[in-house]
Amino acid sequence: MRFIFKTDYDQDIRLAKHGGHVFWYGLLCLLLVAAPVLLSEYLLAQLTFILIYGIVGLGLMLLAGFTGLFSIGHAAFLGVGAYTQAVFTGMGVPFPVALALAGLLSAAVGVVVGLPALRVKGIYLGIATLSFGFIVEEVFARWESVTGGNAGKSVGQVNIFGWVADSGTSFYFVCLVVTVICTLACINLLRSATGRAFVAIRDSEISAQSMGIHLAYYKTLSFALSAALAGIGGALYAHQIRFLSPDQFNIIQSIDLLLMVVIGGLGSIHGAFLGAIFLIGLPQAISAVKDFLPEAIAQAPGLKAVIYGAVLIGFVLFEPMGLYGRWLKIRTYLQLFPFYRKGMFKRQKSFQKSDRLK
Amino acid sequence: MTTSLLSAQNLSVRFGGVLAVNNVSFDVREGEVFTLIGPNGAGKTTVFNLISRIYTPTAGTIDYAGPGGMLRLTDQPPHKIASLGIARTFQNIELFEHATVLHNLLVGHHTHSGGNLLSHMLYTRSVRQAEIAAREEVERVIDFLDLQHHRDSYVAGLPYGVRKVVELARALCTRPKLLLLDEPSSGLNVEETDDMAFWIQDIKNELGITVLMVEHDMSLVSKVSDRVLAMNQGEVLAMGTPREVQTDPGVIEAYLGSVDDMSSLRREAA
Repeated sequence: MRFIFKTDYDQDIRLAKHGGHVFWYGLLCLLLVAAPVLLSEYLLAQLTFILIYGIVGLGLMLLAGFTGLFSIGHAAFLGVGAYTQAVFTGMGVPFPVALALAGLLSAAVGVVVGLPALRVKGIYLGIATLSFGFIVEEVFARWESVTGGNAGKSVGQVNIFGWVADSGTSFYFVCLVVTVICTLACINLLRSATGRAFVAIRDSEISAQSMGIHLAYYKTLSFALSAALAGIGGALYAHQIRFLSPDQFNIIQSIDLLLMVVIGGLGSIHGAFLGAIFLIGLPQAISAVKDFLPEAIAQAPGLKAVIYGAVLIGFVLFEPMGLYGRWLKIRTYLQLFPFYRKGMFKRQKSFQKSDRLK
Repeated sequence: MTTSLLSAQNLSVRFGGVLAVNNVSFDVREGEVFTLIGPNGAGKTTVFNLISRIYTPTAGTIDYAGPGGMLRLTDQPPHKIASLGIARTFQNIELFEHATVLHNLLVGHHTHSGGNLLSHMLYTRSVRQAEIAAREEVERVIDFLDLQHHRDSYVAGLPYGVRKVVELARALCTRPKLLLLDEPSSGLNVEETDDMAFWIQDIKNELGITVLMVEHDMSLVSKVSDRVLAMNQGEVLAMGTPREVQTDPGVIEAYLGSVDDMSSLRREAA
């Protein structure tokens, strides 16, 4: 059991709260840097995907986990980022500039989609974002002069002012740098007044407003940031997959993204990455065990969808706080051993909230 | 006579066919504790929601002595109210459940925390200093209300009485000139209600904050209030010192019914 004796306000706000953080995150960084040596080319590509989806997950986590606004059309932002990157790098714009443009354009689209969020909540916002997702997918398919339509569009290699990331390893490092920057920006945002305003809106709009938080501004901002991160993820995705077609950004992709943050654990930065590991890892795990399954099950169509659905239901029923919540419990168990009690994380019955003002 | 901080003139609110507040006028003077009392549905909370701009009055105006002189409160957007120096608590506690007490109080400090989006993302030196300054200020409120013990606990796990104090603390963190307390003693036990009475007096005397509150507990009302306004059915019944209002025949009638009502209940002699 670790007791943190605070003698300085700086201890409240610094990133690494104690020596354990320094050690474990340092080790993680070392492993990530050493990954190209440790992993095969195939596994490194999977790790690159995890980083890319992690960035998109960060965006959706900011929106769904911290601001309490759901989007069932997030693949659209991923698509906007991916196509923007494809078009601009195709025109010879250097990678960092194109990446910034992809983020900015997605953010602009996010602002537009955020407008209904100022009026509608919950399931209605879900439907609004869902239909937005369909519209964007249709635009990708029909705007052939730019997107190449259903025939698809191929994307070139990463070119940073003459330096070309032409191998899996070099592109992995590009993704790693972008991921670290995005993650740090998110963490910084969440420990500042802006992040607190997001959480305040999530938990009680009415009192957030009474504390002087401009609801419209912060909700729109949350949508814009979320879309920008999805767009940046999309831009990297375009380079990783090298070929874009509209059906990559359909409703299934949107649901996968939402699934990722819910299973990862809403309301935690770790959750975005744990969810990404899950999302990328599960198909690998399924194909790995396929050989040991009976023929009828292993070859059944939709096996993946059934397993995803079952896992999601399992999480919603038994672990609403997702993988990160489960990890917290395991950690607490180990820290407090043998004093951990079963009811420790049981949710307290929340007191009746005011219905009058909603 | 001291100057008035808040002045409501001929306020009326209509929700469809219901006239929730009907032609209510009152002044809150600087440095006093002003209490609204009345039976359920009298329109007290509606008056609160008018001041914090959650509702817009159908008729009438509210003027407030803001930082730059008198201004028309009813023309201000809701999120500006806090920066004008008006803070409030809610009848059924509206805290940020899945955040720590410290986090809740820092949200109260929101209007005073500078910095733009980019500086927040980069967490620049000035943002860091502002964060530490905010904590120092919040810490004074924590100290004032004896919340040290709960500083880092999550609100979702706190008992009702503590939540009530946290909500008061959060309102104080906005550096208010006028504090609106919606039933500060509801759900508190006798001891906690006594603490609340002391704090309200301290807030008035030590911090110099004007308090406007809605309250049902008459012992608390008479202990802390300078003036009381009694309402019923959206209308003003009486205004004056706690004693004057408590002995007002109209107020007694609103709470207990009149002699005529009683006589109709009386059983006829056989």
